[in-house]
Amino acid sequence: MPSGRTNTKHGVNSSCGKCAFHSELLLKLQLESNPQALGLVRAAIERATEVLHFHEDESRAIVRSVDEALANVIRHAYRGKSGCPIEVTCRHLHGTQSGACVSGIEIVLRDSGVCADPGKMKGRPLEEIRPGGLGLHFIRQSMDEVEFSRKKGKNQLRLVKYLAPAAPPTAPEGE
Amino acid sequence: MQIAARALQGCTILDLSGDIDLAHSPAMRKALLGEIKEKRTPKVFLNLKNVRYIDSSGIASLVEGLKASRDLGSRLVLYGLNKTVREVMQLSRLQKIFEIYEDEEQALAS
Repeated sequence: MPSGRTNTKHGVNSSCGKCAFHSELLLKLQLESNPQALGLVRAAIERATEVLHFHEDESRAIVRSVDEALANVIRHAYRGKSGCPIEVTCRHLHGTQSGACVSGIEIVLRDSGVCADPGKMKGRPLEEIRPGGLGLHFIRQSMDEVEFSRKKGKNQLRLVKYLAPAAPPTAPEGE
Repeated sequence: MQIAARALQGCTILDLSGDIDLAHSPAMRKALLGEIKEKRTPKVFLNLKNVRYIDSSGIASLVEGLKASRDLGSRLVLYGLNKTVREVMQLSRLQKIFEIYEDEEQALAS
């Protein structure tokens, strides 16, 4: 997995010397904390993953993660209150790492709700059969990078999924 | 999301369709717990064939229904799960906790 990146005003750039990453804005959504908006966001993120040629399994995983993250913002950061602002930014990450091409999707969610306690962002043990606490598991199991931060009074959740390297072409029979 | 109830061979089948997400899981929860806890239906089957998506709030409602049915000695059966729904059940490690069948015929024969 790529490492050593730093966020910059213009996207994501390398700091390790072996990697060079750039990002391009694909999508920026401004919505309110209304559960009815989730279906629209899922559709937009699904399309973005298709544009980047993610496999359908990975596409479902990314959509699920964004949906669960947004649901957490609505339920926890805004405590179920509707009409509060949420921003979803989706970027295409691309570059090289140790000479190999790397590509992926970065989705950043920003909200102005109550500050989340990172210590409580663990989800519940899966062995416990009880309602709730599954959303974070879905996110952590599906995404390559999950980073929560608080910046300028806003919660920020950064999710990254890298495209799996394409399988080498198989030689035609007889060669 | 849409919910329709029908009675068949002594059980109630809830036909669900659409997306079961934060916006719609409360309606499913109400219908499910209504059958199990209020009507005391001995067998409740959930037909998920036309469910495109389910999130953790939908899964939480299913778990709540399962617990209620176990407490009352009734049965909650799921069938018709598509790939997306199965995936979520697997991620939740719940696929072996629920009674799950491929289709209605298998569910009714169980």
